[in-house]
Formats: sequence, C-alpha cells, structure tokens
Amino acid sequence: MGLSLTKAAQWTTASSGTGKLEFTPMNESLLKEILRFVERFSSQHPQEAEHVFEEPLQWRTTLVASDFKTDYDISDSAVQSHEKDSEGLPLLQLSPPAVYVRSFSQLSKLVHLADGKKLEEVRACLEVYVKKRIMFRKVTMNESVVLFCFAFLRFHCRKVSLDPAAAKNEVELLKQLCSDGEKRVLKSLRYTSEFEFSNGCRTPLWRQVHGEICYLVIEPCDAETLYITYSTAGVFLNEVRLGRRESGYERTSDVYADLVTLLKSRSPHFQDFAAQELPSTHKIQHVESVDGEEQGQPQRSYEQQEKNVHEKAKQQHTVNKAGGRNKNEMCPRWSSFALLSTFGYVTIPLVRCVLKYCHTASYCCVICSFSFRKTSAGAMPGELTSESSTESEEEEEQPERRLEGDIDRLPEYWQIQKLFRYLKAGNQTTTALTLCAMMDLNLMQETCQLIIRDLGGLEILLNLLDTIEVRCKIGSLKILRKISHNVQISRTIVYTSGLQKIVTILDLPDKDLKALAAETIANVARFRRARRTVRKLNGIKKLVKLLDCVPNLAKLTENQEKDVEVARCGVLALWSCSKSRKNKEAIRKAGGIPLLGRLLKSPHANMLIPVVGTLQECASEESCRIAIQTKGMIKDLVKNLRSDNEELQMHCASAIFKCAEEEQTRDLVRKYKGLQQLVSLLGKADNKQLLAAATGAIWKCSISTENVAEFQKYNVLQTLVGLLTYQPDEVLVNVVGALGEFAQIPANKATIGKCGGIKPLVNLLTGTDQALLVNVTKAVGACATDKDNMTIIQQLDGVRLVWSLLKNPSPDVQSSAAWALCPCIENAKDAGEMVRSLVGGLTLILYLLKSTNNEVLASICAAITKIARDEDNLAVITDLGVIPLLTKLTDTTLPRVSCRACSIHYCCMWGSNRESFGKVGAVAPLVRFLKSKDAAVHLSTAKALYQLSWDPNNVIIMHATKVVKVSLSVVAAAFLTH
Amino acid sequence: MSEMSAMNRKVIRSLAETISKQVEHFDQTEVECLIREFNMLLGPPSSPGRAAQGLDRISFRSILHRMFDITDDLLMDEVFRAFDKDNDDIVSMKEWIEGLSVFLRGTLDEKMKYCFHVYDSNGDGFISREEMWRWLKDGFVRLPPEEDPDEAVKDLVEITLKKMDHDHDGKVSFKDFEKTVREENLYLEAFGTCLPDSMSIEAFEQRVFQEQMKQ
Repeated sequence: MGLSLTKAAQWTTASSGTGKLEFTPMNESLLKEILRFVERFSSQHPQEAEHVFEEPLQWRTTLVASDFKTDYDISDSAVQSHEKDSEGLPLLQLSPPAVYVRSFSQLSKLVHLADGKKLEEVRACLEVYVKKRIMFRKVTMNESVVLFCFAFLRFHCRKVSLDPAAAKNEVELLKQLCSDGEKRVLKSLRYTSEFEFSNGCRTPLWRQVHGEICYLVIEPCDAETLYITYSTAGVFLNEVRLGRRESGYERTSDVYADLVTLLKSRSPHFQDFAAQELPSTHKIQHVESVDGEEQGQPQRSYEQQEKNVHEKAKQQHTVNKAGGRNKNEMCPRWSSFALLSTFGYVTIPLVRCVLKYCHTASYCCVICSFSFRKTSAGAMPGELTSESSTESEEEEEQPERRLEGDIDRLPEYWQIQKLFRYLKAGNQTTTALTLCAMMDLNLMQETCQLIIRDLGGLEILLNLLDTIEVRCKIGSLKILRKISHNVQISRTIVYTSGLQKIVTILDLPDKDLKALAAETIANVARFRRARRTVRKLNGIKKLVKLLDCVPNLAKLTENQEKDVEVARCGVLALWSCSKSRKNKEAIRKAGGIPLLGRLLKSPHANMLIPVVGTLQECASEESCRIAIQTKGMIKDLVKNLRSDNEELQMHCASAIFKCAEEEQTRDLVRKYKGLQQLVSLLGKADNKQLLAAATGAIWKCSISTENVAEFQKYNVLQTLVGLLTYQPDEVLVNVVGALGEFAQIPANKATIGKCGGIKPLVNLLTGTDQALLVNVTKAVGACATDKDNMTIIQQLDGVRLVWSLLKNPSPDVQSSAAWALCPCIENAKDAGEMVRSLVGGLTLILYLLKSTNNEVLASICAAITKIARDEDNLAVITDLGVIPLLTKLTDTTLPRVSCRACSIHYCCMWGSNRESFGKVGAVAPLVRFLKSKDAAVHLSTAKALYQLSWDPNNVIIMHATKVVKVSLSVVAAAFLTH
Repeated sequence: MSEMSAMNRKVIRSLAETISKQVEHFDQTEVECLIREFNMLLGPPSSPGRAAQGLDRISFRSILHRMFDITDDLLMDEVFRAFDKDNDDIVSMKEWIEGLSVFLRGTLDEKMKYCFHVYDSNGDGFISREEMWRWLKDGFVRLPPEEDPDEAVKDLVEITLKKMDHDHDGKVSFKDFEKTVREENLYLEAFGTCLPDSMSIEAFEQRVFQEQMKQ
C-alpha cells in the first residue's frame, strides 16, 4: 500500500548509528514536503491544529529568543507562548537549546518564524524521534504525531471512499427495517451473491477491480425493485437482473454517498421514515464519531469509515490483549501505517479521530497494528495498491505479479509518483511535457511498469485518451505502447475497459495516433480475452481499414510514408489478433486478405514480417487458405523465401506449409520455383525455427507426386535423412512426414534405405511426441514394403517397437502403428514366428478391436488379415476369441468394411471357424456388404462368403438372405463396368 | 467598380506571381487566395487616403483566436512577433503569407525554427529558465491544496531543461532544441500551443483555397 517515510528517507543509522538524515536529494525533497505540510496544516485543518499533544515534541533548536515576536513571552533567552492549554501550561517553550512544542499550530508558527532555517528545524525535529525509536524501540505519543505528519504528506486522494465493512454495516442496519406488518419500511433487501470473498466483497473479481463491493436487490414498499451496486466510489443503480449480469453493470443513476441517501431519493415512504427515525439510528451508529459536523453526505461516509476503523481497532485491541503482545513491539510499525495512509486508505477524518484517541498509548498501538495487518507480515508493506478501491488486488486469489522488496528505495518510485501528480493537475502544455519526462524513464523495465500500474497511473493515462488534445493522446499512447509489453499491464488495460478507448482512437484522422494505437493493441492483444474484446469492439474491421495504402511506390511522399507506417502498425495489431480463430475469420470477412496481399508487395522486411506472419496465422482456416491462393499471394510468398531475412523466410515457409494443404497451392509453389528455394533453406540448419518451417513446407508440398519428382532433382532425400538425427521434435515431425510421402514412390524407398535412413527412423519409434510417432510409423510402414529395408527393420527389432506403439494412448498413433504393421508382417522373413515371439502382442491387437475409433478398428482388422495368413497365429487368435469380436464389427455400417470382410476371409481358413462365424450370426450382415457400391468391398466380401459357404449351415442362411440374387447383380455390375 | 476590381485582379495576380516565387509551399493561385483573404481581413481602408499597410496586433490576435484556435495570451503576442519579421508592429501582406507558409505547410525544420523563435521571447537565441517559467507558470491548475504549484512548475522546468540542454550551459540553444525535437516530436510545441492543429489547418485551407477558387 505504501512505503514508510522512515524507510524512504535515507538515514545514516544503518552504518553509523547516529540517526542523522543524510544529505541526499531524496531526503531533501522529503523534508521539503514535510515542511510544506507543517506550514499549511494550521490553516487547512484549524481544528486539528489546536489539539494539544500529551507529551511535547522536543528537539535542539537553532532558534534563539530574538527570533520570536509577538504572541510570545520573552524573558532573557527563554520563551513561552501566550497560548496555554487548559492547565495553563504554555504550548511552546524555549529554553535554549531545547524547544518544546505541544500543538501543530505552534509548530506551524515556529516554522514560519524560523524562516531561512526552517528546513534545519524540521530535520532536527525528525532526527530526534527517529533516533529515539531506533535506540529504545519505543514509541511515544509524539512520534505518532510526527508520523501522522508523514501520513498527511501524500494526501492527494481524498475521494469519498466506502469499503466492504461500511457496506456490511449499512446493509445490516437496513435489514432490520425489513420486517412485516404496519411499520415496515422496506419489503426486502438481499445480496445477489451469498458468497463473500475474504476481503468482504461479494462481486466477481473482475468487477472488484472497478471498486464494486456488492450488488443488492432492494424492494421498497412504494417503488419498484431497485438493483443497486455498492462500490467504493458510492452507491448507484445498475441494470443487473438475475440471469443477465454480463451486460448489467452499467450505472443508471447518480452516485449517492450511501444506501440511505439513495433510498431516500427513490422511495418517499422510506424518506418519511428516515425523517423521523433514522437520526436516532445514526446517533447510535456514530456514538464514537467525535465532532458534531453531520451535514453533508460525504461527511457521513467519512464518519462511517471512522466508525469502522474504531471497530476494527477495538477488535484488534482485544486480540492484542488476549495474545498478550507487547505494545512496544508493535509500535515501530507505525511507519507502515503512515504509509498506508499515504495513499488515501486513511482519510482525514480517520486521522482526526485518531488524534483524539491517542491520549491512550495502547490505542495507538492497536490502530497501528490494525493497519499493519493489511500488509504482509514481513519487513515491508509490500503492496503498492493505490487506493482502497483496488484493495481486492491484494487478495491472494489473484496470482498477480507484485513488486517485492524495498521499492520505495527506488528513485523511480518517487519520480513516477510525482509525475502522475503533475499529470492530474496539469494543463495541456504541462501535461504533454510531463508525459515527455515520463518517456525518459526506463519504461521497458518491469519495476517501472508495475509502479505505474500500482500507483493507478494506467487509469490516468487512459483517461488522457479521452481529451481532445492530440499531443496528450500521443504522449499517453507512447507510454502505453511501451509499458503494455508487460502482460500484467495489458491485462489491467483490458479489465479496466482501456481497450475501448484505444480502439476508438483508430477512427480519428490523425495518422500518428492511429499508428500508436494500433501498435499498443498489438502489444495488448496477446491473450484471448483481449483479442476477443478487440473483435467485439469492431476493432478488426478498423484495423483492416488501416492497411489501405500503396506500399511499393518507388518514391513516397511524406504523407504516403505515414500511411505505410500506419498500415505496418495495423498489421502488427492484426498479427496479434489473428491468433484467435474467430479473428482469422473476421479478418477475412473485413476484406483483410487482399489488402495483406497488396502489402506483400512491399520491399521492406519490417512490413513483410508481420504481413506474412498474419497470413500464416490465418492460413490455418481453409477459407483464408483459398483466399490466399486465389489472390495470387503464393507467388509473393515464394518470392520472399529468397529474402535474406531469416525471420521472413521462416514465416513464408510456415505460410506455405499451411497453404500447401490445398493441391492447387502445391502446384503453384512448384510453378513459381518455390521447391528449389525450400530445399536451399535446409542448409540453414542452425536456425531451428526456420528449419522446422522449411521442412514442414517440403513435407506438405511432397504430397503431390510431381513435387516429389521435382524435389528429387535436388537430392532432397539424402538431405532429409541427414536431418533425422540431432534435431528438435518440431523439425523431426516434418522431416519424417516428408520421408513418409517420398516413400510412396518405390524408387525412393530403396534410396532411403541406401542412405542409411532406416536406422534413425527406427530409433525415433521410441519417442514420445505423438505427432512425431504418427509420422514415424507411417514412414516405417512405407519403407517396410521394400524387402531390403524390411530386413534392416527386422534386424533393428523395429516390428516390436511399432507393435508396442499400439499401447500408446493416442488413437492416431494406434491406428498409424497398426497400418505400419501390415507391410511389416507381410514382408518379414518368418513373419509367423516373429509375430508369435512378441509376448502379448496378439492379445493387444484383439483388445484394440474393442476400440471406439473407426480408424483404429479398420487398421487393426487389416493387421489381423495379415496375421491370419499364418495358420498357427490364426489358431491363437481364434482361441483368444477373434470371431465374436469381428462379428460384432460386421453390424456396424462404417467405412473401410473391406478390411473387416477381408479379415473374416482369412480367419475362416482355419478349423471350425466357418461354423463359428455362422453360429454367431456373421453371415447375414456380410451378405448386406454386397449391396455396397465399393468394388473392394465386393471383392473381400465375396471371398469371405466363399470361405463361409464351405459350411452347409451357412449356405442355408445365405440362401435365406437371397444371396444368389444379390451376387448375380454384383457379378452383372462387375461385367458391365469392366 | 468592375473596372476597379478588374484592375485589382490584375494587380493581385502579378503580386501573387512575385510572392509565390519567394515563399515556399504555395503555388500562385494559392497565394492569390491568401492575398484576397488578407485584403478581406484588412477590411476597407479606414480613410481613403491612407490604406492600411497590414494587420495590427489586435486584429492579428483575433484571427489567431478565431481561425487557428491559439488562445494563450502570452503566446499570441509571440506569434505576432514571429510573423512580424521587420518589427514594425504590423503584419504586412508578405509577412502574412510567409508566416502562413510555416503555419499551414511548414516542414519540421521550418516549424522548429518558428517555435524556437516564439519561445525565445527576448530574442537572444536561447530559451532560458526564466522564459520556460514564463510559459509554464500557470500550468498546474488542479494541484492538491497542500502542494505549491510554483514548486511543481519549477520542478518541471528543471526536468525539461535537463532533457533539452545537451551542451550543459544552463539554457536551450536552437541546436539543443533541434536535437531534442528530432528525438521526440512532442517537444516541438513544448512550451505551449503556437501552431494550429490539423483540424484548423484543414478548415482554413478548405475555406480559403477551395471556396475562393470557385468564385
């Protein structure tokens, strides 16, 4: 919440123990502030100034009797003031060199008299008290007064400030008025939420940031139901209805100082009641409020707060008594209190009341310990929240980054705080100058960023965006642009509706402003909610509008240059936004893709990188891919692969990687000679990101066989095989994927084997990355169709490795592994023996027949087909119960039925399986397969039926299902088509 | 009368031709428009024998206020001084057009020169602490009562001086000023608005150049 002046002031004590204030600029300015405060205190707070201290402030002064004028009794060197307390003792007494002062008014006067020496006097006074405390660890009454003086120093937030306790008190009070019968004043009063956070608020966390404490629903007797927000700034009506809260937070009435005032204005009945009854209730409530000024509304809320403090203080008091804690231990913590108050947590009335109560020492301790309770128990009041309204941020629920350690020791802290004070008070010229001064701070440093946030600076900066003064807006945005690199700041900007203001600026005609706003959005839109907010505010459309410029003119005028800069910032923002799926679509709908296409002609890398980056993000949506392709951007993407900027090359390759899902794009890449370019990028093996993108593009492009042929002109296979080792997974996935595609052509399989690709591939089977495993098994499977390769795979025990991947939790890996097993089993030497040697392997296969994933089922059936070719294995799986499992599958009407029929065909070749299939009812569904339109299904089904028909019972079933008729039509169809 | 205006037109045209060669940023037609605008602002000569030579301080100030939204009293005088190059307390037609050339179309270099000239009120080639103080002294209006606005201004002057005074001689020379502005454009009008904003410029050009050309 703040920091202590005792800490801030740089004492020499640590080293020398003398308790002197060092002569540093910071001390100097602190002293000046204290001095200014003292000087003005009696005029600004006359009542408090008259308060007589129990013990005098006392220090060695340099003043002599002759310095004192009228109002003082002067005798020799001693001086006494005319002003006396009730017991007739003078309020100021000088007996050189000591001076005793017993009220603030006297202190003020003395300081005025001291004239040129006033700074020395204040310094001497402070030194005495700090020294004393250091020596005795003991606080006297005066110290509290001195510290209060500190507390006052930074009093610049004096808003009406309600807190959760105030809300609670008032609600409790009003609840008593909700009774039945004649005398009731209100029908009902309730919170919208029964859940109370530990800070006493009942609003969601993100509304607590706005200072909202709780929502209330009150039914008056004579008016319609009131929906009320109770916030630190006051009480007002909202639109919250149960069930539609999202939109209902807006204020719909004036802000009132408290609930009673609001109710008075809304319900005449309540007003009547309040006129008669409430004063007495007030009295009870304010029994401890000390001065009788109860006129204005703000006054009342002050008192409310006073009361709360009293209450808390009391509670704390009892706790302390019970705990038997020594008050002297607590007292040094006064400093933190001073600090708490520094930022407006404690308002004047509180101080006023404490001044009255500090006749008793224990009370002081109690209050200071209360204040300390709010800070962390350590050595330092660590949090820096600016006002009580943001108290919620202190709560632990928010995993917020907080400043740690003695930030008050940092010169930046005071500097920034001062500058924000100037910002609040300045006219346009001084505000702009102050903003300039702020720009000279190290805004990229996290400490500065967090100090700005914690001092409430973001709000001030964002508010400046509402002024009409362009220079202030520019200055503010220049700062926001930098500090928004910090995610915490970005979040705060979004949660406090700052993004709205920034997005609105995009509509203004001033180009500098547009560019800065877009750049800030680019920084802020790094998390999902921010991106969504930009879209909801129509920001995507506005950003797309910024892109409209001609970037590739030979010579730009100053104005055109600015347009290009605006466009660049716009693209940066779109790039950030394009990471959300809906935003990609929004960019396309707003006509962003063709405009990006135009910017793609720009010769500058700093423009091209965000442009290609955005395109690359968008290309994950099919609609965008088509747009990119049809607007002729592939040509430019390929062209920029030749750039000498690696980042740009990387984004281009990524864009091609994504776009090459489309066949036409793949052809276009070849047409524009992009393949060669991609291959040359493989040489940049040091830049892994680039390598990953390039290999990705090669993979996707190699889906077209023409491209594979083209690639082979540059001996890509050899290079790719070389990349199978010592590369990160991102690269490996793509390399292996490409190998899988290349291996679809028989000649390439041999090449892969010849250049030693099998071994690293098999090694990769032990990996964990699922995407990688899918590709590896695919590649291994493709290579296994080559006999020589298969020999190597078998030597390396590759089949077992593939088989064990069936245990992988990912269905993709399972099915890919099962498909890879098929060629392995088919081409392996002594395949039957090999399969049997894998302990538990067949059980695993049959277990996967229970999978719910279609692709897995199809691949497993295919594998079973291969396994069943070996009689012994067929016997084993029959024993393991393959028949009922397969029969169950014949019921489903799913794709890839041919595999299943096929597996039945092979399973039938053993023993009594034909009868078994008949018994479990597999025949009739098989006949239905014949009605399929797929010739492959016909073939395998016919084979299966042929096998089954060896059993007479099956023939009967077949006859019953009119197999002959169906078969004849199939045969006829087969003849017709061939 | 028509004879008179025809002659007038001829005079204006030849005048415009000469001036447009001497002043940057305006072509001949635009200069013509500006001359007409000037004549209109001047109004009919008060006594037929002595035609007014130019705009005096009071009418110039009202023009600044009305057309360019420059409202600071002190600064308006300095702007007048900047326009009135020969220090005869009158802004002549040529001075008017020269001034507007910077006002409406000035490059950064020209604007820097102009602004520096405005802020350097005693014309000694430096912006001193005292001059800064003069421009900023009323700059803090809403400080909390316990804070002394004079102190704040003083502080801000020091901060700004420290930033701008590259050669550490305790005052800001044009070289200092130029360097600072090039680093951060916001310093161009550091000590108060003395150039019209883009909206006023647009409105003025619209009115003077386009509407008059239609006639």
